Amino acid sequence: MIELKNLQKTFDNGATYAVANTSFSVEKGELLGLIGESGSGKTTTLKMINRLEEPSSGEVYVNGQNVLASNPEELRRNIGYVFQGIGLFPHYTVAENVAAVPQLLGWDDNRVKLRCQETLKMVGLPVEEYGARYSSQLSGGQQQRVGVARALASEPDVILMDEPFGALDPITRAELQEEFKRIQTNLNLTVIIVTHDMTEALLMADRIAVMKDGEVLQIGTPQELLNKPEHEYVKKMVDMPKRRADRLEKLVHSS
Amino acid sequence: MSDNLREQLVLLPDYFQGHLLLTLISLSLGIIISIPLGVWAAQSKIVKRPLLTAVSIIQTFPSVAILAMVVALLGGQIGLVPAIIALVLYSMLPIVRNTVTGLETVADEVVEAARGIGMSSNQILTKVRLPLALPVIIAGIRTAAVWTVGVATLSTLVGATSFGNYIFTGLQTSNLVSVTVGSLAAALMAIVLDSIIGGIQWLTEQRNQKSSTRKFKQVKFIVITAVLLGGSFSAYSLLPEPKADFVIGGKAYTEQYIIAGLLATELEAAGFTVDQRIGMGTEVLYTATANGTVDVYLEYTGTVWANIMNNSHNPGRKVVLESVTDFVKGKDGMINVGTLGFQNRYALAMRKDRAQELGIVSIEDMIPLADGLIAAGDLEFFGRLEWITLRDTYNIDFAEKLTFDSTLMYTAVNEGQVDLITAYTSDGRVAAFDLQIIEDPRNSMLPYDSFLLASSRAAENNRFVEIMQTLVNQISDLEMREANRLVDVEGRSVSDAIAYLQTIIHE
Repeated sequence: MIELKNLQKTFDNGATYAVANTSFSVEKGELLGLIGESGSGKTTTLKMINRLEEPSSGEVYVNGQNVLASNPEELRRNIGYVFQGIGLFPHYTVAENVAAVPQLLGWDDNRVKLRCQETLKMVGLPVEEYGARYSSQLSGGQQQRVGVARALASEPDVILMDEPFGALDPITRAELQEEFKRIQTNLNLTVIIVTHDMTEALLMADRIAVMKDGEVLQIGTPQELLNKPEHEYVKKMVDMPKRRADRLEKLVHSS
Repeated sequence: MSDNLREQLVLLPDYFQGHLLLTLISLSLGIIISIPLGVWAAQSKIVKRPLLTAVSIIQTFPSVAILAMVVALLGGQIGLVPAIIALVLYSMLPIVRNTVTGLETVADEVVEAARGIGMSSNQILTKVRLPLALPVIIAGIRTAAVWTVGVATLSTLVGATSFGNYIFTGLQTSNLVSVTVGSLAAALMAIVLDSIIGGIQWLTEQRNQKSSTRKFKQVKFIVITAVLLGGSFSAYSLLPEPKADFVIGGKAYTEQYIIAGLLATELEAAGFTVDQRIGMGTEVLYTATANGTVDVYLEYTGTVWANIMNNSHNPGRKVVLESVTDFVKGKDGMINVGTLGFQNRYALAMRKDRAQELGIVSIEDMIPLADGLIAAGDLEFFGRLEWITLRDTYNIDFAEKLTFDSTLMYTAVNEGQVDLITAYTSDGRVAAFDLQIIEDPRNSMLPYDSFLLASSRAAENNRFVEIMQTLVNQISDLEMREANRLVDVEGRSVSDAIAYLQTIIHE
């Protein structure tokens, strides 16, 4: 599980706060959607969890361990991370990309190989066919599947995802969302997905935290957000997918 | 095939080996030094600016100047070591710059991903940034390789063997075949090296896409073979060669090539092995002989008197010779083995018919006629001590004083465009154009008696000294002029001129 306590981040010595006084927790096996527009502080919040950004103040606990007291490199190796814009290593093959973290952790070659096979199979890219390819030889969707496989490779129970499906076409995006949700449920993973797509959040997340100007406005289940928005902004955010869904339903029934 | 070309090609294996060895060692050291420097600069803003500025400044220095400075810094050491140091310095800019650029242009998101999965900064550097920067770094190495092959030709000037031996010998002895062979060989080596490194660059660029294609495998095979060949060749070349008994030095003009060749022939005839290092400057040769890297070379009394001892007066031929002999012995333990007989000093010269017409035999005869005479000097003469002494000694000045390149100067007097020129007494062109040397009864011109300057080590060898002494005072101005003329004017080879001098000496 993940716990944030009064987390703050300022890039200008306290003149303004990118993340202000943020506290929430994510239970074991829960998928939390962290949603907001660009500049809302959602990515900064995510990066403070594995110390890609150092908090200005506050505390973060992952599985009960204070991250600020742990070695940042070891911490990152034990938390899966899926990057915005994919971030595969262009000079590594698919298999080498997936093997990167287990190798950093010092696993023996056999175990690394088995785990590569396992995770690539999980994301639908059998190692026999895709293992030797380079990312330039894959489609965008396949690249992000590798990104997910890489995050799963070290058998973490916590995974952080930074707008993982943002760059994909709608059909691929929907496929990957569903597949990832299934994997997450099967493996009972604790996940935070940063996104600006409310539909994605509503369909995937167990709970959603809405951020604006560095603060969490409301945190709750999709139903709570849809039915009892506590802020005008939250209402606006959930209204759009709601209106679209209503319109689509009418279209289906009118034919 | 002409004799000349055949003679040049005989030298090819030796020069090729020297040139390739210089290039490969310098380039390897350049890479080993420059890549870490580039990495350092890419990590630290404080280092980057001064380092890039420093390597750029080195690059703007003329390469000849760098060679000279390295020799000076090494206390006059010549040969492979100073040449390699200079070449390494020269190869640094493209490698350092491309390493910095290559590392800086690795996409931020890739670096962030490396951090995000838990790589340390060292791991990010060695596993991600350097491999991704590799094609750019290799492009820099490629540039450095071509530069190094080119600049290596100048190593001849500090006594390291290279294709430059062809070029400088050819330029000084008007041997166009020699210049062409040297230039072509250097160009060819540059092209081959450029292609091989280009192949490596292509392999690193394509490794992510085409590593399984047939072409990729072929290129890989060729490149690996070439690298292995180059490596084993360098290792083989570095095996210590049997050291020659004597090293003969020489400056970069015809007379020096002929006399060095003559010394070599005489020593070899007596059963010694010799090594010739021709094409160096006076300063380099003088210090190399003082520290024993060179054993003997042809020097002139006036050169030591004016350039090394920094004198600006002329006490006469005998005193200059004595002072110089004492000076080289006292200061650096070197020995004046003996004068050869001829001088290579400045002298006024006229066409014979013109001199007769005006009744001029000595400079004194010129005094009443001088305001009607047109004189031509080489690029230096009218700025030198010689002219001031001449002018003041005879209280003479000419109607016009023109400055020419020395070749044009001779043509001008031969065609009657000028009345007199400042010739060199042993110059073959004096003989070729049948010029008359005007006598200098008041000894206004600084004497330049030729003499053999030997290292203290060589001078301890009695047999060596004996052989050298058979040459003492055996070659007159006229005979040296003739030997020079054979090469410079008739285009004969240096060995022909040596053979000519030998018949005179041993008759």
